[in-house]
Amino acid sequence: MLRMQMQQEKHMKKQKKYRVLGPMASVFESMKTGSWRLERPKVEFSQCSKCGTCERYCPANVITIHKEKEECVQFIWDYCKGCGICANVCPKDCISMVDERGEE
Amino acid sequence: MFDIKSEAKGLVSHGVSACAGCGLELIIRNVLEILGEDTLIVIPPGCSALFCGYGNETALKIGGFQGNLENTAAYAAGIKAGLEMQGNNHTTVLAFAGDGATLDIGIQSLSGMIERGDKVLYICYDNEAYMNTGIQGSSSTPQGASTTTTPGGKVTPRKDLMQIVIAHRIPYAATASPANLADLKRKVKKAKETDGPAVLHIHTPCPTGWAFHPSKTIKISKAAVDTGAWMLYEYDNGTLKVNYKPKSLKPVGEYFKLQGRFKNISQEEVSIIQENINSRFNELLLGS
Amino acid sequence: MAGYMMLDGNEAAVQAMKMAKVKVISAYPITPQSSIAEKLSDLVSDGILKAKYLRVESEHSAMSAAIGAQLTGVRAATATSSVGLALMHEVLNVASGCRVPIVMPVVNRALVSPWSLWCDHQDSMAERDSGWLQLYCENVQEVFDFVTMGYRIAEHEDVLTPIMVCLDGFFLSHSMQKVLIPEQSEVDEFIGDYIIKNTYLDPTDPMIINNLTSPDEFTEMRYQQKVGFENAAKVMDEVFLEFEEKFGRAYRAVEGYRLGDAEAVIVSMGSMSGTVKHVVNMLRSEGKKVGALKIVSFRPFRNDLVNEMLKGIKRIAVIDRTAGLGSQGTPLWHEVCNSIDKASSDVIVKNYVGGLGGRDISIETIKKVFADIMDDHSQNRSPVWIDVKENAMDIRQVYINV
Repeated sequence: MLRMQMQQEKHMKKQKKYRVLGPMASVFESMKTGSWRLERPKVEFSQCSKCGTCERYCPANVITIHKEKEECVQFIWDYCKGCGICANVCPKDCISMVDERGEE
Repeated sequence: MFDIKSEAKGLVSHGVSACAGCGLELIIRNVLEILGEDTLIVIPPGCSALFCGYGNETALKIGGFQGNLENTAAYAAGIKAGLEMQGNNHTTVLAFAGDGATLDIGIQSLSGMIERGDKVLYICYDNEAYMNTGIQGSSSTPQGASTTTTPGGKVTPRKDLMQIVIAHRIPYAATASPANLADLKRKVKKAKETDGPAVLHIHTPCPTGWAFHPSKTIKISKAAVDTGAWMLYEYDNGTLKVNYKPKSLKPVGEYFKLQGRFKNISQEEVSIIQENINSRFNELLLGS
Repeated sequence: MAGYMMLDGNEAAVQAMKMAKVKVISAYPITPQSSIAEKLSDLVSDGILKAKYLRVESEHSAMSAAIGAQLTGVRAATATSSVGLALMHEVLNVASGCRVPIVMPVVNRALVSPWSLWCDHQDSMAERDSGWLQLYCENVQEVFDFVTMGYRIAEHEDVLTPIMVCLDGFFLSHSMQKVLIPEQSEVDEFIGDYIIKNTYLDPTDPMIINNLTSPDEFTEMRYQQKVGFENAAKVMDEVFLEFEEKFGRAYRAVEGYRLGDAEAVIVSMGSMSGTVKHVVNMLRSEGKKVGALKIVSFRPFRNDLVNEMLKGIKRIAVIDRTAGLGSQGTPLWHEVCNSIDKASSDVIVKNYVGGLGGRDISIETIKKVFADIMDDHSQNRSPVWIDVKENAMDIRQVYINV
């Protein structure tokens, strides 16, 4: 019933609430895990070869390499947990972990 | 259906409450990157259930069901059967369970699923103990590792999932590791395309349970592969293939010393484990 | 044209599941359910039933696979008995909590230990709080009819609660009786295709089902189930009436028999209810004012109907095929006691335990119950084990060296 109604509604392109019974999740959400961070990665951009190793191994998937930019490694600070894997796997050793609360 | 509150690059949200440096988090992102949206996932309670979220919030952008600990394979088989009966032969049904839910309490339903030939992709992410309940030993905890229920180090060797599933003449089974993500992704693709059951057994370093700094997850998974503590191989339609064959394995002690859980292992035990690794590796090379 | 068939209870259950066009079957054999698993697989293998048969390795997996399958949008079928039902216990609660309206025949058999292959109700009684509706069958026709109606009741959008149709092992499961089977078109018209009315697993419209729920919402989700049971009572009444109109057989959630001027009544469930009615007729012909009350729906328990139908009756005997160990009485007795107006203190509701582990509840047993309740002057209200042997404590004796 719910599904048939929803499929009809889809075509009508309007929002309507439906009752769902029992446990289910339909809100795709992220916790702000950036608040866990004790240390944050700091990149020496001049040394970076933009190889993407840090991006590939980041468990939180919060690193993006911008080949065209000078600050070529971008982090999503809201979610970076500061695990330090990026610094550990970097073949150029150009990422260091610095105290989250200290001076950068 | 999903109400997207915060966008993510892939099918998994960024802020998941997995520990910093969690191997599982890296693995599930890579797995779902290959499998894509046309996937339904079954996850038992455990660390991976964190990805099913809490309350009305989820960290996964695919459909799924959180099952019980021992029946991931059975739920998945039922879902696959239901889809097939409605003419859907394309959706990947992914069972995604830890070592406890696979090798201990879930071995029976997994065995049934493989024997029946249900087309389910079963992934066991193996962090080698019951991590979500507080690091209790499982049958996949390696010999010598200390857990909260093997405080003096586990005295028996681990159960060998690959040999068990191969004994079912499974169409495709492989081990994988975050040490080699390209190899892992190739195997996920291969498993997805298998016409029948497929099992991937993925080594999953756990900073919290293995007592190492979160930054060392990849380093440790590489050490496991280099020492043969975790061997990369696959079983494809009756043929065994070793995917990583170094001229000689590094001493297993090099892998142990990176982790707190092997802190109290004796030299004698290390040599026994080393012998076991050597003979297993030779067996695999001969069999392939 | 509808026609008569000679079927045993298991075949009648299979016939009803077949006509409901179940699409996925996951079954594991257990005496006395096995022929359900066999016949369903025959139907699939012969191409008569277009379904996928999952030859699962346990009842736990049978229920799990059924839940998974039904969540994708098809009717899933399974059936079990005794320890098989006990093994399902964990996932029975998943089916009910996730509101997956599975219809499952349960062939009643004693729980172990001692090992027994034979009928009593302890298996399904142990699941009376698992959030499933429970109907109990008196005969083979009821097995077919209740399974068929089960789909309508369980799948109703105000109910969305799985249902057990309980049939007594061997007494019904293996007893051949003449059963009127309707035309497929009539069944189609009555229960229709399966339509998902709540959560579902569809990759084109994804959701995550059954994840962790906080204390802030758990109570509310249980409350939803409670409302489902309340609605089930009403829906069941409506379905019974509609079934009667269409198929001509009248059922009620609670059925009275010769209650009119009755002074003593036996309350029972399942196949023994037929024997009770037979004894009522015998005693009536002797001029004794007795009657019977058959509980068809144990979950939801219809205290409203029980209260109304037992009004004015002073001697009430409740027979249960389960022991109720450590309790003041058996489950059915508790329910009946709590249904009766407390004001009338002269009413005696007495509990009888019988028919355990396959022991027949005979005409003699029923007569004994009537005799006991009609002649009761004691203040002792502990359950009477009506058919226990006198040497119960000494049935095994061994010699040991001293």
